[in-house]
Amino acid sequence: MSLYYLTAHELHDLLLKKEISAVEVNEAVFNRIESVEDGVKAYLTLTRDQAMRTAQSVDDMINAGRPIPPLAGIPVAIKDNICTEGVRTTAASKIIYNFIPPYDATVVKKLAGQHIAMTGKTNLDEFAMGSSTENSGFFATHNPWNRDCVPGGSSGGSAAAVAAGEAICAIGSDTGGSIRQPAAFCGVVGIKPTYGAVSRYGLIAFASSLDQIGPFTRDVTDCALMLNAICGHDPLDATSSTYEVQDFRRCLVNDIKGLKIGVPREYMSEGIDAEVRQVIEKTMSLLEMNGARIEETSLPHLGYSLPVYYLIAPAEASSNLARYDGVRYGFRSEGAQDVVDMFMKTRSQGFGAEVKRRIMLGTYVLSAGYYDAYYLKALKVRTLIKEDFNKAFEKFDILLSPTTPSPAFRFGEKTGDPLKMYLSDVFTIAVNLAGIPGLSIPCGFVNGLPVGLQLMGRPFSEGKLLQAAYTFEQNTDHHKKHPEL
Amino acid sequence: MIKKSDVEHVALLARLELADIEKEIYTKQLNDILGHFESLQQLETTDVEPMAHVLSLFNVFREDKVDRHLSSESVLANCPDRDEDCFKVPKIV
Amino acid sequence: MTQYETVIGLEVHLELKTNSKIFCSSSTSFGGKPNTHVCPVCLGLPGVLPVVNKKVVEDAILVALALNCRIAEFSKFDRKNYYYPDMPKNYQISQYDLPIALDGRLEIELDGKLKKIGITRLHMEEDTGKLVHQGTITTTPFSLVDYNRAGVPLLEIVSEPDLRSPEEARIYLEKLKSVIQYTGVSDCRMEEGSLRCDANVSVRQLGKEEFGTKAEIKNMNSFRSLQKALTYEVSRQIEVLEEGGRIVQETRTWDEGQGITLPLRSKEQAHDYRYFPEPDLVPMIIEREWVESVRNRLPELPDARRERYVRNYSLPDYDAGVLTSTKEMADYFEACLDAYPSPKTVSNWIMGDLSRLLNANNLEINDCPVSPVNLASLFKILDEGTISGKIAKVVFEEMFATGKDAGTIVKEKRLVQISDEGSLSAIVEEVIAGNPKSVSDYRSGKDKALGFLVGQVMKATKGKANPELVNKLFKEKILD
Repeated sequence: MSLYYLTAHELHDLLLKKEISAVEVNEAVFNRIESVEDGVKAYLTLTRDQAMRTAQSVDDMINAGRPIPPLAGIPVAIKDNICTEGVRTTAASKIIYNFIPPYDATVVKKLAGQHIAMTGKTNLDEFAMGSSTENSGFFATHNPWNRDCVPGGSSGGSAAAVAAGEAICAIGSDTGGSIRQPAAFCGVVGIKPTYGAVSRYGLIAFASSLDQIGPFTRDVTDCALMLNAICGHDPLDATSSTYEVQDFRRCLVNDIKGLKIGVPREYMSEGIDAEVRQVIEKTMSLLEMNGARIEETSLPHLGYSLPVYYLIAPAEASSNLARYDGVRYGFRSEGAQDVVDMFMKTRSQGFGAEVKRRIMLGTYVLSAGYYDAYYLKALKVRTLIKEDFNKAFEKFDILLSPTTPSPAFRFGEKTGDPLKMYLSDVFTIAVNLAGIPGLSIPCGFVNGLPVGLQLMGRPFSEGKLLQAAYTFEQNTDHHKKHPEL
Repeated sequence: MIKKSDVEHVALLARLELADIEKEIYTKQLNDILGHFESLQQLETTDVEPMAHVLSLFNVFREDKVDRHLSSESVLANCPDRDEDCFKVPKIV
Repeated sequence: MTQYETVIGLEVHLELKTNSKIFCSSSTSFGGKPNTHVCPVCLGLPGVLPVVNKKVVEDAILVALALNCRIAEFSKFDRKNYYYPDMPKNYQISQYDLPIALDGRLEIELDGKLKKIGITRLHMEEDTGKLVHQGTITTTPFSLVDYNRAGVPLLEIVSEPDLRSPEEARIYLEKLKSVIQYTGVSDCRMEEGSLRCDANVSVRQLGKEEFGTKAEIKNMNSFRSLQKALTYEVSRQIEVLEEGGRIVQETRTWDEGQGITLPLRSKEQAHDYRYFPEPDLVPMIIEREWVESVRNRLPELPDARRERYVRNYSLPDYDAGVLTSTKEMADYFEACLDAYPSPKTVSNWIMGDLSRLLNANNLEINDCPVSPVNLASLFKILDEGTISGKIAKVVFEEMFATGKDAGTIVKEKRLVQISDEGSLSAIVEEVIAGNPKSVSDYRSGKDKALGFLVGQVMKATKGKANPELVNKLFKEKILD
């Protein structure tokens, strides 16, 4: 088996046994990037020298007989909306095409503390606004399983990189499904942790009350390792939780006997593909066979999550993206008459169509006369959606659904109609509105494309989700399949 | 119903200069999107508290201490136009 | 002719003198090269997040208590969205519908009568950076931006429209400044911009209930210009109404040079701030215990101190008012009392010669070269008879100029009073011999003549003769 398709924990074992070196691992991954990146286009920036230096220092540690952390020397890709000191960070937008942050995001700092080797910065929908990575201001990323299909989005580059062996693990961000949906489309494990579990400091904001950083990995064990590395309180993020972080490796137990799983009927009815439904039903029987108790349940307000999300997220985004004005960093349009003219030209030329659309929508719903009818209404219905989840979790440990109603779609299939594109998020966004953790794990294939299973839990029940997902993984071999490239 | 003049007003608020064709497209799309969201208006929410935060966190503060500043060079390293230590912008009015 | 009533409300912005900014750990100190007191947060770089400085909340509570406000139990921050190049994020983190304090009041004195001015609300927000133009904002080809002040904590204090004249507005602002200076949270220097004031001004026909249309006046940088700008604006509005016109609701800027208010361009005031709860910050719950612990920091405020001076020191109310107008002045007064416990003497000197010299030299009491202990030393040698009251004024001027204590100056300048009867007798006799006319006048009951004779002795001794002794000697030698 090629090194680039091993998991982080497998590589760690080999490093400890000195059967391989960290430099060899990174060379393998960068060689892989060289041979497949033209067809996948997962990366916006590669940081080979930096990764190799880290790998060398990890090898030095090993050779000196010093202990190394579990992710030391592991090639990890970072979504390009997360700030990396001295390394260009663009959020896939022309408006900051040349921005070099003078500081590291907290997650990047934490990962550096674990001696991970950063491979580079991955492609995304501009400012994480999109579900296909087609909205990148630079180029689209391709799904490694079928290059005519999208990898999902907005963290399409991170998901594709892990699926294609161009990184062992990756970091993404999830505002309405931007980790789980591409993880499902690319056949990898992805988790959006509880809101507040991972610091957002250094994550280029899209919708602050919904954004959360999380990992992409090839299996659940690596997911636990990555969560161990990035979770925890950060004094630089006032919305970061002080919840005590557990060692998620302890949750890697092959046992779900008595686990109460609810399946909201709203998830299983709305426009879901027949083949996807079959895969999910098969998954449910397997979980039941392993001792889980599965029952149908209901989240009555789930149907409102799409409008609520597409009112709240653009409203916050319209404000978060106001700072891109050509004064302090990034692109500036030349030849403007005055400052207002410069602002308007810079922003019109620097932002892509979807970003502008959401800024317009968000500005409109916050503007005088519409605030109560749209934004305030959305905040109230958000309460109702959250209460639905609270009620369901009184009875169930975990809720289950398909991550997406269908597998990866083709390029251009939904770009003409923004609403159609928005609807592809319909299964993932409620989790962000409720602030709860959601995990997507590969659970089968339809026409050669992966299907994702979404597990949702109470706030800070990531451990429980990992245990259920681990048990499922131990009894299946979807995670051992790789795309042919 | 959003009119083209509303789109123009919103574009000015958001500091976006839109071509005429863009104004037409956004007028239609915003109407489509918000039209689709009309279902929300039917929900009775009079006694529902709005949720701006999912967290039950309060009073997160920092102590009044001064920490490191950015170096002058890194402050201005990314700026499109400067004049010595300052950011330079076209005239205000 | 129609009689009009003026209606004014003030919005005051106050810079707090915390160590670090309101949402990040950059320094708030003045000076330094442009853009050196900045970090990723106050520069609004992509990805950064604010965290509230606890001291700012406590200072806000302190000022709110000093202004008799009700402290909110639940408060939050909001975003105020508008574009301006001095604002790094193009939104300002401020407070909208749930400010930290509401419903306060401040008592001001008008022609000896007290009037309560309502405080609508008090809230916290961040300051903007600074724009530097070549020449004026309208003629400069480009502007330069310095973000050192961006993120410095501000309190906004909004008054009710209770002020009825430009003079009342000025008195309110002076009182507000005094109270806030007492709390010690701000320097309150208008000229330096740590105290700023905008005004909402309208006029209405006398006796009418409803308010007239208001104009917002900005850019008044001193107490003097506040009163001048408001006086101008009131007469402008009355003129417009008298000519049958109507007042436009607008923002106007005070042009100090021309002495008039001018409307801002409409493009600059097409605002729709789109306030919404700041999602990067969590709400605040302000428990009673917290408020009480802040209340312990509250010093004696000017009104209470003034009453105490009248009550305990038997000072006239006016004098007590002057002495307590600034905390520094009152502290100086009390430090003098510690060294020389005679309130009336100390008060007279501070309000007389000391204030005169401070004004003449453009100094604040804090910069006064005469320390309270030194001032007390002057009173002591006066009491001991070492110098006369007249010489004391000379000594005081010298103390002010050099910072030396009274004893040293008296010694150096040989200003010791001549109280030796023998040597004074000789001079008195010389004067009697040389001024027979005045002597006979005095004998015949013209008291004024004695003054002239004493003056002659003073002249001869360069003012150093003990005047009481000289008086006594003349009486003995002429009348007896």
